[in-house]
Amino acid sequence: MFPINETMGQYSELFMLLAAGTYTVAFIAFAWDLAKSSKMLRAVDLRAAELAAAEAARVPVGAGVGASSAAVDRADSDVAGPVGRAERPSSSVAHTATGNAAGIGQTADGAMRYSAERRAPARVAVALTVLGVAIHAAGVITRAIGSGRVPWGNMYEFLTTGAFVVVAVFLVVLIKRDLRFLGTFVVGLAIIMLVAASVAYWTPVGHLVPALQSYWLIIHVSIAVMSSALFTLTFAMSALQLVQSHRQKAIAAGGSDKLGFMRLVPSALSLENLSYRINAIAFVGWTFTLMFGAIWAEKAWGRFWGWDTKEVWTFVIWVVYAGYLHARATRGWTGTRAAWLSIVGYLCVVFNFTIVNQFFNGLHSYSGL
Amino acid sequence: MSERVNVEKKSPVPGNTPDGTEPEGTEPGGTEPGGKSGARPGGKSGARPGGKRGVKSAGDASPVAAAKAEAVLPALGPMGMLRWAWTQLTSMRTALFLLLMLAVAAVPGSLFPQRPTNPSVVTQYIKDHPDYGKILDSLQLYDVYSSAWFSAIYILLFVSLIGCVVPRAIAHYKAMRSQPPRTPARLSRLPEYGTLVIPADAGIPASGAITDAAALLKKRGYRVDVRDHDGARPSVGAERGFLREVGNLVFHTSLIGVLVSVAVGGLFGYSGQRILVEGDTFVNTLVGYDQFTPGTNFQSSQLQPYSVQLDKFQITFDRESKGKFGQPIDFKADVTTKETPDAPAKKEVLKVNDPLSLGGTSLYLTGNGYAPVVTVRDGAGNIAMQGPVVAKLQGDNYYSSVVIKVPDAKPEQLAFAGFFLPTAFVTDKGVSFSGDPELINPQLTLNSYYGDLGLNDGSPQNVFELDVKKLTPLNARNLETKGIVLTPGTTHTLPDGKGTISFDGVKRYVGVDIHHNPGQLYALIFALLAVAGLVTSLYVNRRRVWVRTGTHADGRTMVEYGLLARGEDHRLASEASAVRKLLAGAWDLDDSQSAPSGGVDNDRADTTLPGAGAEQASPDHPAADFIQSTAGSSEPKKDQ
Ligand code: HEM
Repeated sequence: MFPINETMGQYSELFMLLAAGTYTVAFIAFAWDLAKSSKMLRAVDLRAAELAAAEAARVPVGAGVGASSAAVDRADSDVAGPVGRAERPSSSVAHTATGNAAGIGQTADGAMRYSAERRAPARVAVALTVLGVAIHAAGVITRAIGSGRVPWGNMYEFLTTGAFVVVAVFLVVLIKRDLRFLGTFVVGLAIIMLVAASVAYWTPVGHLVPALQSYWLIIHVSIAVMSSALFTLTFAMSALQLVQSHRQKAIAAGGSDKLGFMRLVPSALSLENLSYRINAIAFVGWTFTLMFGAIWAEKAWGRFWGWDTKEVWTFVIWVVYAGYLHARATRGWTGTRAAWLSIVGYLCVVFNFTIVNQFFNGLHSYSGL
Repeated sequence: MSERVNVEKKSPVPGNTPDGTEPEGTEPGGTEPGGKSGARPGGKSGARPGGKRGVKSAGDASPVAAAKAEAVLPALGPMGMLRWAWTQLTSMRTALFLLLMLAVAAVPGSLFPQRPTNPSVVTQYIKDHPDYGKILDSLQLYDVYSSAWFSAIYILLFVSLIGCVVPRAIAHYKAMRSQPPRTPARLSRLPEYGTLVIPADAGIPASGAITDAAALLKKRGYRVDVRDHDGARPSVGAERGFLREVGNLVFHTSLIGVLVSVAVGGLFGYSGQRILVEGDTFVNTLVGYDQFTPGTNFQSSQLQPYSVQLDKFQITFDRESKGKFGQPIDFKADVTTKETPDAPAKKEVLKVNDPLSLGGTSLYLTGNGYAPVVTVRDGAGNIAMQGPVVAKLQGDNYYSSVVIKVPDAKPEQLAFAGFFLPTAFVTDKGVSFSGDPELINPQLTLNSYYGDLGLNDGSPQNVFELDVKKLTPLNARNLETKGIVLTPGTTHTLPDGKGTISFDGVKRYVGVDIHHNPGQLYALIFALLAVAGLVTSLYVNRRRVWVRTGTHADGRTMVEYGLLARGEDHRLASEASAVRKLLAGAWDLDDSQSAPSGGVDNDRADTTLPGAGAEQASPDHPAADFIQSTAGSSEPKKDQ
């Protein structure tokens, strides 16, 4: 057992504070990006709508591939017909359609790839987030050195390390996909987690209780945290999907666009498709979490499954997301309903982490409080 | 209603599903998107789902209503009803519903105390809530996971699962053995479509091009079938990714395996507990256990008489961090084991997270505490009891309760009850507490009693509890005699010549759980299989490719190809461009032509002749019959 290093622990807390501060600035930048792009997109859409109107006189609506009606394209994509369906992930037409459409360049496109358009505030925000995550990493590492073990042995450490993983996973996904529209959410959540950790769950560096001294702690918990981070992203996407699909319906019904900032967000169907893919990965991760948890429980407590509260909720989460995967394959359950399942699943994850850890008694009561 | 369903309904084109592009769904594999609903046991697989899909695809008002009508209309009597019920049960929608029910049903088990883990807490809970405690009990809310309703849900779920897996497996077996599906009349309707033109001077005829294409696809892992090789429009059908469905089937079957393994463990397993004070030996026979829970089919001959002796138990306490000062950070039990009574002795270490394996069982370190060693002499001066007394943990820092029963004392039986404190402190108000877990100032504070302990009538008694109702107190704080306070090495003389009690020293004890679960290994194997199946089913893509060629009037060889995914497949587009690149490379076509999607010839056109599309297509072409099939997910039509 490594000795405790209190000084390192203090450095760690300082880094966490600095990271939270940097994230706060990044949050403001992301919000600024949303506001600014939304304004710009409105102007582009207006222009495009005029163009579309002119074109509509010439070509029957919905017949042309990527008829350059950006407004229709973005807003109604799921209801308007072929153009919307062109966003199906595997369809090559997606590239043509979204590529051709003027104005859509500003938003994440259907496949959520980056477009050529530069969004200065978003770039600043991402840069700040990268800086924040680097400081955050220093915080996590010094915490690990300070306690001489993996930095996830109590609630404080779950939260600070978990927040780090959420942001890191977000940044990794950003390499390939333009999910910057999720920035305010992800960074905002990281700030909340860091603040909650420092205010409500603060614990000085310390040793692990014997039941946690196992390599399974490293395997089981790290996979759980990773999966939870992915579930966090899909939660945000599913929530946006609901809002977007509501908005699309309103616009399709001839209503006005009350949620202008949602212009920056891809169509409901694109959100659904990508969140399905991320959820599928996270579900595999959660399956491992559950399995490894069972193997560890067998080693530590002598039975691999005993319906301990934590086990119950892990199981519930697993079943909800299995339901989500099935919903995607069940007619009448795709789209909005699937999004609700994804949201409910995430609420269970949060519940499992906060309420169950603190207020339920069970073998898993290692919150360190 | 979901977006996707809207899309389907709006589509003006009949047969807009991927399956619709296949003429009449003749291929056996055609059952499988509707497999759950359609391929009922005994049902003519394919016939029904095909029909239903046809109805729906044609944009008929309510496919659900149609399906219901179809299912209900033929008033078939009991058999028909059964069949109908079975179809309902094995539908994807029912499975989803049952899954969600299972999630909801599992929750109360975390809200109320559960009998299997905490029987005493349940009893207390019922006492504390006289208004509804009993009602909850009648609803089996203290035995959620063995309750009738919870069992009903998961049994239905697994019946549904079997009803779904078996026909699917049969259908898939057939699909794997049959040829790739017929080449659709209009490849341009497929979600991925493109054309290539081989110049006339290349000297590759339509038939040669098809042979090349078939060879390339075969090399890429597709199973291929060339049709009409020497005709005017030869084509090749290719299919790959059968593992996807295999993975899915393995996953679902393995879940059944996990459940069965758990059940087997319950039948043939057993578990028990034993407390061992330093120096004690446990022998694995029924009498060796303090507590024993056999499985339903347990036989005592299953027990192998190994032995475990606790030599020494050590605890390391945290002396570093401020917040956790005095918390145990390491438990270590040195034991001597013998596999059989005659086997050589072996030194081993038992730790938390590091169980011992002996005679098919596992031994776990689950508890520990102090056992003060006492000697009790009766009024006649004879030793009536001597040895360690297990003290039960009550509070912080090993503040523990002690009960000593001395039935052998004469003329009257003696009993003691009180507390053991490893590091005794007393507050100003006279309340004593333990200040540290280590033996810094060990102390026994006891009351003493005499009378009939009631041990002779044979009814079992809890060794940790003393019923003082029928006993007469000798020493107590509120009596003149006061309570007994002992430190190691001291002796207290009881009043009225009833005898003496000496505190000789302190030993440690451990609580050991012993488990035998024969289902465990199988549960693990099935769980691993399930994960492997899951990953396969999620990440292997099932795809079909068709290539058709023809010779243009001017001698060029026109090639068109189309791709179709079955199930979620977001990489179909990149597969399309990979196939395109391969074909172009094989025929040395120039780069401009091998440009992936988005080029001129990737626009969809209604081609009756291969190559015609390439000519007609232009960005302005309205693509009259341009259909967007549900490439990414052909699956939403699975259900009825
Ligand atoms: C304990 C109950 C069940 C669990 C935990 C479960 C879990 C899963 C999971 C995780 C998947 C995703 C894998 C994939 O998409 O290929 C899946 C797929 C599937 N499950 Fe289940 N399942 C259960 C019961 C059932 C039942 C009872 C049925 C049939 C009535 C069923 C039918 C299917 C089908 C058809 C798929 C394929 C979906 C697709 O290809 O997208 N499942 N199941």
